Amino acid sequence: MKKVFQRAAAILLSAGMMIGISLPSYATTIDRSYTYNYDYWGDVQDSPDMYSVCKVFTSTELGLEKKLNSPQGIYVKDNLIYILDTGNNRILVFERTSRETIKLVKEIDSFKGADPDTFSSPTDIAISDEGNIFIADKGNGRILKLDKDYNYLMEFKKPVDNSLDKDIVFQPTKIAIDTAERVYCVAVGINKGLIKYEADGTFNGFVGATRVVFDFKMYLMKKIATQEQLNKMESFVPTEYDNLYMDKEGFIYACTGNVEAEDLKAGDADSVRRINPLGNDILIRNGVYYDGDFPVYGDLYMGNGGGYNGPSRFADVTVFDNDSYVCLDRNRGRLFGYDDQGRMIFVFGGAGNMDGYFRNPLGLEHMDYDLIVVDQLDCTITLFTLTEYGQLIFDAMDQFDNGEYAKSGKSWKEVMKYNGNYDLAYIGLGRAYLRQKSYGEAMDYFKLKYDDENYSKAYKKYRKEWVEDHIMIIVIVLLALFLIPLGIGRVKFLKYQIEISDAFKYKD
Amino acid sequence: MFAALKSKENWQRYFKSLKFSLYCLTHPIDGFWDLTHEKRGSYAAATTILFLAVVAYVIRLKYTSFIFIQVYWEDLNVFMYIASVLFPFALFVVGNWALTTLFDGKGRLGQVYIATCYAITPYPLIQFPLMILSNFITTDEAEFYSAIYVISLVWVLFIGILGMSQVHEYGFGKNILFLIATVFAMLVMIFILMLFFSMISQGVAYFISLIKEMLYRL
Repeated sequence: MKKVFQRAAAILLSAGMMIGISLPSYATTIDRSYTYNYDYWGDVQDSPDMYSVCKVFTSTELGLEKKLNSPQGIYVKDNLIYILDTGNNRILVFERTSRETIKLVKEIDSFKGADPDTFSSPTDIAISDEGNIFIADKGNGRILKLDKDYNYLMEFKKPVDNSLDKDIVFQPTKIAIDTAERVYCVAVGINKGLIKYEADGTFNGFVGATRVVFDFKMYLMKKIATQEQLNKMESFVPTEYDNLYMDKEGFIYACTGNVEAEDLKAGDADSVRRINPLGNDILIRNGVYYDGDFPVYGDLYMGNGGGYNGPSRFADVTVFDNDSYVCLDRNRGRLFGYDDQGRMIFVFGGAGNMDGYFRNPLGLEHMDYDLIVVDQLDCTITLFTLTEYGQLIFDAMDQFDNGEYAKSGKSWKEVMKYNGNYDLAYIGLGRAYLRQKSYGEAMDYFKLKYDDENYSKAYKKYRKEWVEDHIMIIVIVLLALFLIPLGIGRVKFLKYQIEISDAFKYKD
Repeated sequence: MFAALKSKENWQRYFKSLKFSLYCLTHPIDGFWDLTHEKRGSYAAATTILFLAVVAYVIRLKYTSFIFIQVYWEDLNVFMYIASVLFPFALFVVGNWALTTLFDGKGRLGQVYIATCYAITPYPLIQFPLMILSNFITTDEAEFYSAIYVISLVWVLFIGILGMSQVHEYGFGKNILFLIATVFAMLVMIFILMLFFSMISQGVAYFISLIKEMLYRL
């Protein structure tokens, strides 16, 4: 008898232990899909792939005799791809000849007309509509302007400004030019914003300095702390930008990876900004989110995992023609897509050695809707193309922008078939219905994904329509509400008067 | 027990005392005086009001427009949610009584309970219509919603404070003082409860591990 109890106890215990052991391990082995998205509640929602790796180009596949060495930048003009082979002091020009082939066209390692006529760690290139070439020659501390045959035209030197430390070595890393060939530049150690040069080379101030927030806690600390402690404290300065991109409307998208998780969460720092000529941030952040607007700073969760911690650190940003933009996170090797309203379109990628994963991606460009990423450590160029699912999403957006609302709605419905957990599809479909004046349906879809702004827009119209359709009934009901009690009161009053009047009283 | 339910007089008294809560809304000083001293309130009516308030508190999650309240249903435990309001309520009643009874407050525990319940009348009274209203307004008109919502709470607070002073026959200053002191009394009670439960669980855990150990050795 005792043995039976023993066995039963042993079985129970071991079963309990097995459950106890197997449960947590089960919980940790949830695999996330390659592409994912965040919903209204900030929960990760797996998603079908929007982009797939079309091809990964290594030095051999590109047909290079001298291997790529620490490439740090990329620029795309039409179907030409410029790779900044920083470690080899040269710029490689490729042509994309078909969907998955790129061919070396030219290798630029020198130019004519200036001394020195070679580059030293070139990090960025930009080409104006007239064909003039601007190169950030970081090691030589200059921004070169060459004509299309690589003849020296002029150069942009360190800005002359009193507020700038005289000892600082000018190292321009990233440049962008506008249609008038004004140059905007990000330089190492200069945190007053983007350096702006006029077309003739004169320095024209800084634009878009990052905010410095006044922190009362910091103020108190500084009052109390000793000199030694103060020295140890991080100096409180605006952060410098990492990269910039000039969109087709002439606004600059600037991103930075020097951000702290707390600042991002408190809304005191921005990972990416859209800067207008006045230097103000005009990036739209209208995405629906349970806690205010959807945060445009990459991953919402910043904890430790897989050897990485901290927030997403954006190294580059690129803007599609429909004002959607993609940011490249060098911390976890992910790409974050946002639409023109700051709603998240996709997240994909990761850190690793497989195709579609990165080790230290620094450059991102787009070619139509294809994405090209340059990895500095891997020395590879990864070409992403849209999957059918991704194509549908961008089709739906473009159709909406072109006013083809019925078509857009249809596309969003298709998207929903691929991915029922995609907030953007519901809101997109709702917006399409809203434009087609199907307010009731629009409201249903907005309600599903908690889009209160759009819901209110639809509801306002719906309410107006309803009132207009039922105006007769409303008037009748109101009149009835008013007249019936009035009538009843009148009748009661009459009855009362009859009761008390002498005329109807019997006289004894 | 069912005989009591069949008595017409009892029902009449119940409805009369329930109706009296509406009088307390607009005449809090007079109302709350009569409530306890003239026995115009009843436990049944008080509990009804409390019940309605809890119902309003729960179903507003579901039936208020999503513009104003978004609920993460996966994480919602209705019982915890109800407890989150009933528990502080109970703490307040007990804490207030326990304190005032030491400082010549005239209210007994039952009276404090009835008065507190009557004081929350505005909450269900306003919340139910507000819930319906919320479905007919847009974000532009959201101010109306929040204004009415705040009114319901301020009203509760207002007649609650006045009601307490009448129940205990306190002056204004003393009343406020003891309401603040009640908050601290609630904190103390929470502390003691936590201490109690943590000790109980430690004790239980000790015996469980003891039994486990014995089973291993057997």
